[in-house]
Amino acid sequence: MQAVYPLTFAALLFCVGVYGVLARRNAVLVLMSVELMLSAVTINLVTFGQIAGDAVLTGQAFALFVLAIGAAEVGVGLGIILLLYRNRATVNIDDADLMKY
Amino acid sequence: MTLPDLLMLAVLVLGGASAVLVVVARNVVHAALYLVVALLAVAGTFLVIGAEFLAWTQVLIYVGAVVVLILFGLMLTRAPIGPIEADSDNRRLALATSVVLFVFLATMIFRAFGRTELPLSVTRTAALGEVLYVHWAFPFMSLGFFLTVALVGAIILARKEEGEGPEPQLDPEMATERPTPAPTDTSTTPGVTKPSEEITA
Amino acid sequence: MISDYAWLIPALPAVSALVIMLFGKRFPKHGAEVGIAAVAAAALLAIVTAIEVFGANVAAVAAVEHGDHAARSFLNERALNLTPIGGGFGIEAGIRIDGLAAMMFLLVTFVSLMVQVYSTGYMHGDPRYTYFFMLLSLFTFSMLLLVIGNNLFMVLVGWELVGVCSYLLIGFWWEEKQNSDAAIKAFLTTKFGDIGLVVGIVTLWGMFRTFNIGEIISSVEAGTQAGGAPLETGLLTFALLTLFLGAVGKSAQFPLHTWLPDAMAGPTPVSALIHAATMVTAGIFLIARLYPVFQASPTAMAVIAVIGSITLLMAGLLALVQDDVKRVLAYSTVSQLGYMIAALSFSYTAGIFHLFTHGFFKALLFLGSGSLIHAVHSNNMSDMGGLRKPMPVTFWTFVIGSVALAAIPPFAGFWSKDEVLAGALGGGGYTGNLLLVLGGVGGMITAFYMTRALYLVFAGEYRGHGHPHESPAAMRWPLVVLAVPAALIGFINLPFEFAHPTGFAAWTMFDIEYFEGHPAEFVVWLAGLSTALALLGFVAGRALYRTSPSLAKDPMLNMGPLTMVLENRYYLDNLYTDLIVRTVVRTKLANAAYWLNDHVIDRIVFLAGVGANRLGKATYDYADQKGIDGAVNGLGVSANWSGGLIKFAQSGNVQFYAGALFVGVFVFALLFAVA
Repeated sequence: MQAVYPLTFAALLFCVGVYGVLARRNAVLVLMSVELMLSAVTINLVTFGQIAGDAVLTGQAFALFVLAIGAAEVGVGLGIILLLYRNRATVNIDDADLMKY
Repeated sequence: MTLPDLLMLAVLVLGGASAVLVVVARNVVHAALYLVVALLAVAGTFLVIGAEFLAWTQVLIYVGAVVVLILFGLMLTRAPIGPIEADSDNRRLALATSVVLFVFLATMIFRAFGRTELPLSVTRTAALGEVLYVHWAFPFMSLGFFLTVALVGAIILARKEEGEGPEPQLDPEMATERPTPAPTDTSTTPGVTKPSEEITA
Repeated sequence: MISDYAWLIPALPAVSALVIMLFGKRFPKHGAEVGIAAVAAAALLAIVTAIEVFGANVAAVAAVEHGDHAARSFLNERALNLTPIGGGFGIEAGIRIDGLAAMMFLLVTFVSLMVQVYSTGYMHGDPRYTYFFMLLSLFTFSMLLLVIGNNLFMVLVGWELVGVCSYLLIGFWWEEKQNSDAAIKAFLTTKFGDIGLVVGIVTLWGMFRTFNIGEIISSVEAGTQAGGAPLETGLLTFALLTLFLGAVGKSAQFPLHTWLPDAMAGPTPVSALIHAATMVTAGIFLIARLYPVFQASPTAMAVIAVIGSITLLMAGLLALVQDDVKRVLAYSTVSQLGYMIAALSFSYTAGIFHLFTHGFFKALLFLGSGSLIHAVHSNNMSDMGGLRKPMPVTFWTFVIGSVALAAIPPFAGFWSKDEVLAGALGGGGYTGNLLLVLGGVGGMITAFYMTRALYLVFAGEYRGHGHPHESPAAMRWPLVVLAVPAALIGFINLPFEFAHPTGFAAWTMFDIEYFEGHPAEFVVWLAGLSTALALLGFVAGRALYRTSPSLAKDPMLNMGPLTMVLENRYYLDNLYTDLIVRTVVRTKLANAAYWLNDHVIDRIVFLAGVGANRLGKATYDYADQKGIDGAVNGLGVSANWSGGLIKFAQSGNVQFYAGALFVGVFVFALLFAVA
């Protein structure tokens, strides 16, 4: 199979994730979009790992780590969102503009 | 067009569509469910490529844990039940950005790897395990440590104090308006500011 | 050599002045013993130095006579350079010991010693006794400093210092207004002359680029100026004439003589020391010091001769109508100074020899008059008379002094005055003949007024009140001691072939060629004529005053217009004070100067101040407020404005940040791809 397919899939997922991060209002939705981006990265890693074909399976091992870290990140991120909700009673990230000039 | 190609194409279409729906869906829960599909599609990609263990780990962790986590998060932050209001005003700009980015990436991919053949070999889990515990032992261990830290951190962050947080409102208009909390002024969580005047009714 | 230590001669009186000033009152004799001891030591040192110097000069003369033409007159010069920076302007503190200096040391220290001993009697009981002795020591130091100096700067310093001491001593009893007036008059008149002195010194420096007397003399003798340029005699004459103006002031020559008679307001020892023997001779000393320089300008010499001659006759005439015995002596001093100055223009030795002898007998006469004043408590001869019996010592010493002054042989004055006239005869020309004639007539007048004074004071009946008595021992002994040189000192310079090479002329020669070129000569007919004139004066005086009439019937005071002119001192004082000072200076000149000062000079200063003020304000307003502050404020404003633009990047919108991030990443990726 051509390597292009998974790579294109990964690029697609990534760009869709970018759109979601920039456009969505709800913070949880933003987090979901981030997950999409991470998945795209994982696909890329695995694909290139297979292309390279090295003995220590770098691509897949790396992908595992990314997976684990992504999960941890979601957990902490949701914690932050919950805190934000508790203090501001909203998860609309447009309202989290205290850093505005 | 061999079988792997076909399967890959199917997965691509499925995954792409569901990913798009994730970011476009008007209902947050629908978005979460579409996310499940997208992630399953990713797992499918792994299977096609030959990374079995990774595919099932993906399903286990992402679909099993992360999506559940997200759903819980939606619940705890009183996600609106009906359709949500329109997305951010930046969405046109965001669309432009992502399209440009995609075009660019795709061009790069096709130019660089247009002719590359992907060897499809199934990676035996035993081999992966062996590599993981021998060669990648150190990162593996620190990963465990890292996960512990993240766990502890998440707990600390999300811990609810007495009297904190807004009062729950069971209002049908809640979908289109923000919940109105009663002002609270006791807060012992460090770093939390409570400018009550910023909260509008 | 002993003369290396000659700097001690001025140093000893200086130290004693300081000691008396600080501790004088604590001594048993109130400081007098310190002063006398110091001057006595200085006198001893002066004698020893003189022996060395004179001996060396005589040896040099003998060597030349035996064919050794390399012998030189004695000159010991030692100097300490006081300008360590160097450069063209050199001030040094140095001593220049030659025959002239050694002679002056002897004169000054000896007379000063006599005067100080005399003062212990005369000033006894005065409340400012210690101060008086301090001033006497200070004066002695100043005069010796003037004498010893090897450069004109030191001479100037000594000159001014003696002026100051003279002022302080004349005005010693300043409670009487006329005394302080006399002191101011003396100071200002001599100061007028000092303008000339300073101008002269500066001109000489400008010509020769040095103050050192030796260097100036050698430059003039070589005929060059500084830098090897040929000597400009015109400028040199100008310098010498201005120097001579200083001498005119200090030595009380016409027209600056008016201060000396008034200076008799000071105590008599002061008159004896300063106004007979020492300070007034400073002018003559200066000319003698720079004699080779003066010789290069015949014009200057002629002027000197004329002024001296006029002075000697004019002052002699004024002595005829005086009532105050000290004034008689004062005018006599002025007249004799005229002799010395005029003599210098013809013969070096004549001038300074007369200075030397005159110092002794005039000091003697003044101290004698002091003794008279002390006895009758009055200066006026109208209060004296018949004092021969009660005051024999005073009488005889006064007679000796008078005879010496009148130049009757074989007393001192005869030899010196004869030398003067011989020099004038040898000089010839208009000036020589002028001096000859006036000198002869002056000799007659001198004899006449001294005889008048003698008779008025010592003969006849006592016209005063009280009981005159002889002076105490402290006052008598100096009279006796001074009478000896007054009588005999003429013999050190006998104008005969056998005596010349070992006499005064050899001792004080400044240059061996000059000495050899001016052999002694005794012009018999001239000596006889001058003696005859003097005896004529004596006889006339005796005839008129023998019966010692009272001053009301004094023939000299009854000569109508002549008397009036003489009594008013030729109206010179009136000219100076009324016409010049009051009319010109006080009214017109002073007003003009005031106007100039107020409207021009002050205006300039005022405008400078206003200008500075405006400049300051302008700088503040424009440079500081608008310029610098503008720049500084501008920095702040621009920072503010740029911040105002940049702040929009802080939108607070997380998605905006994320978007920016992605765009940035995209750009980087693009760059990597392209590269």
